[in-house]
Amino acid sequence: MRHTKLHTVAAATAAVFVLASCSSGGESGGSSASGELSGEGTGDSCTIDAEVPLGAVLSLTGAAASYGESQQRGLELAAKELAEKGGVTYDLTIEDDQTDPRQGITLFEQFVNDGVSLIIGPTLSNAAVQSDPIAQEGGVPVLGISNTAAGITDIGDYIFRDSLTEQAVIPQTIAKATEEFGLEKVVVMYSNDDAFTESGYEAFEAALQDEGVEIADTLTFSKADTDFRALLTEAQGQEPDALVVSGLIEAAIPLVTQARELGIDVPIIGGNGFNNPRLMADGGEAAEGVVVGAAWNSASDNPENQAFLEAYEAEYDAAPDQFAAQAYTGLMLIDEAIRSECAADRESLKTALGELEDVPTVLGEFSIDENRDAEHPAVVQVVEGGKFAVLE
Amino acid sequence: MQQLLNGIFIGSIYALFAIGFTLVFGILDRLNLAHPSVFAASAFVGIELVARGGMSLWAALPVVFVFGAVLGLIIERLAFRPLKNRADAHFAGLISSIALAGMLIALLQWRYGPDTRRFPAGSFPDTRYEVAGAQVTLVQIVILAVSLTLMVGLTYMVTRTRLGRGMRAVAENPTAARVLGVNVDRVTATVFAISSALGAVAGVLFAINVNTAQLGMGIAIELKGLAVIIVGGMGSLPGALIGGLLLGLAEVFAVQYIGSSWRDVIAFGLLFIILLLRPQGLLGARKVREV
Repeated sequence: MRHTKLHTVAAATAAVFVLASCSSGGESGGSSASGELSGEGTGDSCTIDAEVPLGAVLSLTGAAASYGESQQRGLELAAKELAEKGGVTYDLTIEDDQTDPRQGITLFEQFVNDGVSLIIGPTLSNAAVQSDPIAQEGGVPVLGISNTAAGITDIGDYIFRDSLTEQAVIPQTIAKATEEFGLEKVVVMYSNDDAFTESGYEAFEAALQDEGVEIADTLTFSKADTDFRALLTEAQGQEPDALVVSGLIEAAIPLVTQARELGIDVPIIGGNGFNNPRLMADGGEAAEGVVVGAAWNSASDNPENQAFLEAYEAEYDAAPDQFAAQAYTGLMLIDEAIRSECAADRESLKTALGELEDVPTVLGEFSIDENRDAEHPAVVQVVEGGKFAVLE
Repeated sequence: MQQLLNGIFIGSIYALFAIGFTLVFGILDRLNLAHPSVFAASAFVGIELVARGGMSLWAALPVVFVFGAVLGLIIERLAFRPLKNRADAHFAGLISSIALAGMLIALLQWRYGPDTRRFPAGSFPDTRYEVAGAQVTLVQIVILAVSLTLMVGLTYMVTRTRLGRGMRAVAENPTAARVLGVNVDRVTATVFAISSALGAVAGVLFAINVNTAQLGMGIAIELKGLAVIIVGGMGSLPGALIGGLLLGLAEVFAVQYIGSSWRDVIAFGLLFIILLLRPQGLLGARKVREV
């Protein structure tokens, strides 16, 4: 009895999709395939016969390669675990945008035309600003797994992200740091040729104002810069209580090293770009005392996180970073969304992603808010003894 | 004071890089655009020597110098010599050296991957000195000393030695030099070797200075190197030295007095002003065409 009932439901759902695809007419790719991309059951019992095609655009080479590599590992680990789970299977294609937004645009166009159900990525916010509109126009949902700049999800109603925005993390970081270190006067430094670091800077500025901390000076650099001595000497002259820096990891390491060389021993508060174990690996002693707000607390003892740490360690013989954690979570959330309606076509996936609420994940209890942004607790970390520790 | 030192240190690396550039231009009248990739390649090789080979930083420098010289010979043999008899040898060499630069960078990426490389932690002595209230590391002093020694040595070689006379003869007129018994091909190859060896040392020193080596580091300095040799006067060795230091100081003082966002505007604006006032560069001689 029950079986037939489900059949009817499935048939009805399928009929709706056929109608939907008829009404949307000229759309290519995804909607024509939607008939096969739904199945029976819900949640863990959901079974979809066809492989769900997913595309991922990551920066595997170029300036952001260290992030992209982590993300690839996170995604592949999640894909492997999902394949073992069964029921819904994924055909995940990962492409490299070479840290070049133009390359990202080409890849997005390719994925939209290939009929993927969803695009994961791209790695950098400045690439997302340029390539996400293509998916929006083509009616393909996008899940950003590392874009933290403001305004990414404003591009349209198909754009989601599981990465906590700098706007959510930074005020918590500054509030905590002000409380811990009694900040009164700081110098702000940021690279002004990157969408991500620029929006990080704006968040820092607003947060510092809210906390009543004086900004003695604001210094800019380019994301390709490696010699920061002139800027740091200038900053040092202001005798700040802390340096506040919004920059990518490539700049962060020489910046921190040179600051310590010049004898600047105040805390250095970094944006999301500093949230990378390479800071300690390559910066060594100099990284001590760097404060970073983060979306992912690697020391969190929730069961999803513990399982993730163990599986990642076993697979890659290395500790995961936040980029791996968010990538892993991204694919898990997609799976959760697909299973909730047991449908993996573009439209159903878009609706289901928007309805995700209180999902237990590696990042903690996870929800998508009304702006399609991530909502979950943040953590403020400080480098101590070569490791990130929770600042308290 | 600190800023002055910052400017001198970075400026001396610019100068060392630019001198290699200007040497080939001044003597052979060729622009070798593979020079920046030698700069990048040697930084990676230097890091490899220290990280894998376990060499000390200072032992690695002469090895890199030789590596650069060999690269220079290869560049001359592949990108310049086969084209030297063409009527458009200037442009042909320019373009083939760009091609060779691209290949070198691709080889680097194949060998080392796209990631930024750094010297292993603890390979620098962390001795620090305080000079008139400014912090100076031992590493920085060595960078400055090595740059200056190489530059002085080069100037001595060009002005005082037999090889140097040969170089100047070739610079004056290759055909006449050949008639007078100068082995022009050998002088040409030597000039390329010396030029690239200097570029190579500059690359390692740069990597040591900021503890970072990236595939794109050559491109970043290429424009600065060109600016330096134009400001200093094309082909003038002391001009490149002064130009390098000037650019380093201009960048630093732009940050201090005007604002960090204006750094490149100021530095390259200076280039324009100098070109307007002295088209031949600070120490360049106006070329006189003799009939």
